[in-house]
Amino acid sequence: MRDIPTNPDNLIAGETGDWEIVMGLEIHAQVSSNAKLFSGASTEFGADPNSQVSFVDAGLPGMLPTINERCVEQAVRTGMGLNAEINLYSVFDRKNYFYPDLPQGYQISQFKQPIVGRGTVTIELSDGSTKEIGVERLHLEQDAGKSLHDQHPSQTYVDLNRCGVALMEIVSDPDMRSAEEASAYVEKVQRIVRYVGSCDGVMAEGSLRADVNVSVRRPGGELGTRCEIKNVNSMRFIRQAIEHEARRQIEILEDGGKIDQETRLYDPNKGVTRSMRSKEEAHDYRYFPDPDLLPLEMEQEWVDAIRASLPELPDAKKARFMADFGLSEYDARTLVSDRDSADYYEAVASGRDPKLSANWVTTDLFGYLNRTGINIAESPIKAAQLGQLIDRIIDKTISGRIAKEVFEVMCETHQDPDAIIAEKGLKQVTDEGAITAVVDQVIAENPDKVADVQGGKEKLLGWFTGQVMKLSGGKANPQAVNKILREKILGD
Amino acid sequence: MAMNSDLTGLTLAEARDALAKGETTSVELTEAYIAAVAAARPLNAFVTETPEKAIEMAKASDARRSAGTVGAMEGLPLGIKDLFCTKDVLSTASSHILDGFQPPYESTVTTNLWNAGAVMLGKLNMDEFAMGSSNETSYYGPVANPWRPEGDNRTFVPGGSSGGSASSVAAEIVVAATGTDTGGSIRQPASFTGIVGAKPTYGRCSRFGVVAFASSLDQAGPMTRTVRDAAIMMGSMVGFDPMDSTSVDMPVPDFESALTGDIRGLKIGIPAEYRIDGMPPEIEKLWQQGEAWLRDAGAEIVPISLPHTKYALPAYYIVAPAEASSNLARYDGMRFGLRVDGNDLTETYEKTRAEGFGAEVQRRIMIGTYVLSAGFYDAYYLKAQKVRTLIGQDFEQAFGQVDAILTPTAPSAAFAAGEKSGDPIAMYLNDVFTVPASMAGLPGMSVPAGLSDNGMPLGLQVLAPAFDEMTMFRVGGVLESAAAFSARPRKWWLA
Repeated sequence: MRDIPTNPDNLIAGETGDWEIVMGLEIHAQVSSNAKLFSGASTEFGADPNSQVSFVDAGLPGMLPTINERCVEQAVRTGMGLNAEINLYSVFDRKNYFYPDLPQGYQISQFKQPIVGRGTVTIELSDGSTKEIGVERLHLEQDAGKSLHDQHPSQTYVDLNRCGVALMEIVSDPDMRSAEEASAYVEKVQRIVRYVGSCDGVMAEGSLRADVNVSVRRPGGELGTRCEIKNVNSMRFIRQAIEHEARRQIEILEDGGKIDQETRLYDPNKGVTRSMRSKEEAHDYRYFPDPDLLPLEMEQEWVDAIRASLPELPDAKKARFMADFGLSEYDARTLVSDRDSADYYEAVASGRDPKLSANWVTTDLFGYLNRTGINIAESPIKAAQLGQLIDRIIDKTISGRIAKEVFEVMCETHQDPDAIIAEKGLKQVTDEGAITAVVDQVIAENPDKVADVQGGKEKLLGWFTGQVMKLSGGKANPQAVNKILREKILGD
Repeated sequence: MAMNSDLTGLTLAEARDALAKGETTSVELTEAYIAAVAAARPLNAFVTETPEKAIEMAKASDARRSAGTVGAMEGLPLGIKDLFCTKDVLSTASSHILDGFQPPYESTVTTNLWNAGAVMLGKLNMDEFAMGSSNETSYYGPVANPWRPEGDNRTFVPGGSSGGSASSVAAEIVVAATGTDTGGSIRQPASFTGIVGAKPTYGRCSRFGVVAFASSLDQAGPMTRTVRDAAIMMGSMVGFDPMDSTSVDMPVPDFESALTGDIRGLKIGIPAEYRIDGMPPEIEKLWQQGEAWLRDAGAEIVPISLPHTKYALPAYYIVAPAEASSNLARYDGMRFGLRVDGNDLTETYEKTRAEGFGAEVQRRIMIGTYVLSAGFYDAYYLKAQKVRTLIGQDFEQAFGQVDAILTPTAPSAAFAAGEKSGDPIAMYLNDVFTVPASMAGLPGMSVPAGLSDNGMPLGLQVLAPAFDEMTMFRVGGVLESAAAFSARPRKWWLA
């Protein structure tokens, strides 16, 4: 375990002093693939129970697993996203236990020799800081089926659709010290798998779920006994489960008790964790290499080709946005939060002012999308349209203020900004003759104020600008107005 | 028109040629065998007879022949070991736990055989889940060896686990049969019943659709009356199968063409370590006779050493049960086969498996579970795997010096039913000569070579390098000719 200095902000005050939470996570990410890890059955979500089950998945006698190359590729892509070692040689093992949703009586997994070794994930915290979280390994394994306990008063039904679907289990080091760090880690892993396209990362559908190992200790002291909270399936629940579990453990320890190593479940309705099984009840999984499968051997060229096809990853993209576009860390972080946002931004910023583009995307566009609950990939305002709007600000066709008005119309009608500007006659007046006429009018109507300005109250010039803008319906170019006003009143 | 007994007396190659010449039809041949099967029920060789299906397949075969399409096994009626899943036909592995199981799929090996034109007479009895060396562990009762010593009316075992296959071939109630061999389950019963049994290299035959016993060892193969028959039939069983990850994508040679009768210049290894303590003199004598036959045929006899041989059997009885304990976990009463309801899930599991599995299967599941358990894995399973590697290296070194190896197939002739069933260790020792090649994945065959002092058949085993079945058949063919084994069992079941 790495030595991580204690951050005083993360400490929890107890009756007897401060406590520090120590956490490691196991994330189960369902591989995006059309077929299961070892069978040809479909993996589509939401199908009728037991409609996507092959003879292999059902564990019928004499059926044999055959590896789905696509799933292997996805694991490799993910490993690269986690900055991890790719093991050209890995082994599938059987994890043996009995349960009705496990038809073979064993889960095919990787135990001693996983496909992906050590890696690192950089998490970003709300105070703008970052932290490195170690990744111990990633391995491929089969998902189990689903037991349905609510279909019959006394019997349990089993749906095997999910049985055999490929999962990537991503195991972190125990490097996290707060609920925020844990959820930031899950968010980052979710972002990475979505970037590389290996998992859709939808926690609500269970395609990404986390087991959280929680223990508490005195700051920087000996590690405490850990409890594993199984299958937490939302960011909010992860934070709640950790906070609850840490408090529960602290209370026990402060009362002089000791923590039992056990597996617990988080109940989001009651906001508590409860015991699922103790260490004594833990299975002896009797892992051994699956004799139905040869060791998985990948060629370096194949792995290299995957690396070459990898998209730019979030950390690299963020660094580039900051370096090449001069964006703030905050803007860059916001823009790379998913690939679609980053792509959208890059399309807008292409050939335009990058900071102005970032402001429009993160403030106006994101504001609109959040209000309407529309995904950026489906945004009715296309990047080219937002770009055109920015072009009109740059070429002074409209002012920034008019641009906000145009944007509001775009949100309603999804029209091109040029069409809206033409239709509503919003084109900025830069014709000095026209502006001079308005300036002359305002000067003529306010001789006392002119005198004040000439007497030294230059601040009043702003009032004149406002009057001219008002009379021009906001279309006059404010810089031109200022210049003419100064000429006329102050003789500049 | 040939008489029925003449038809069932034909070897596979002879029947093939008779069909080709139009001297008989598949339907005629099949009818003769259906009658022979029915008459031989005292042998208990079949779990399921499929006469209607057989006639239907025979008719289709005759139609294909008329249309000019003739496969390598066209029209030949076979028995299929009940370890092979056959679509819509009861497939039990001779276990109570597979009660009523009719798979919705066909194994690759049987599919290959049907594609080659063969006809299925039914499913053959075996040791439960292929665990046994005497065919006494079947839920469907023991299989009788057609052979009995002169003047002895006791029932003798046919060997195992492919006992139904061996018995039915020896009794001439099938042209040939499929077997499977995990530690000797083709070769040892072949030796006990005076027939030929051949196991190809691991990976030659697809395991898809074959009920798994020990996945890293299981391999299907032919059980036939002659070496030529075995060569023909093996050619139709093997081949790359993408459905089996351990299947090997290699060209399949014409095995029958290996039977040149010429082994001049071949080097035949005689492994010193197979001369075990307490081996009956009749086995030793037969082995020396085999050596002499091959030398006379122009081969050079080379003494070799396979130093880790004595560890093969104990290592096998760790690896095979370990894999079996996991492979048999799927028989849980949830989806198919037997279910004995209990008050809760655990009790349902316990009752189903306690009733569904016989004593030998339970013993091996327990051994396998034990050797894989936390704290014992390194001492047993891991060590056994290391031994396995060493055994493979022994053979590799030996095959640097010799082209094939000659050994006895089994340390004894067939014994009387019940004689060893109370002593698992004595029973396991039956496989002492066959297990090493299984551990190394090598091809091996048993060829009938003589009779024991009490008139029971004895076989000699030929082992060859991986994927060199051609040499195995070549040597086996010469051995067969030299031995000229012509004894046949008295058909006491017809009396």
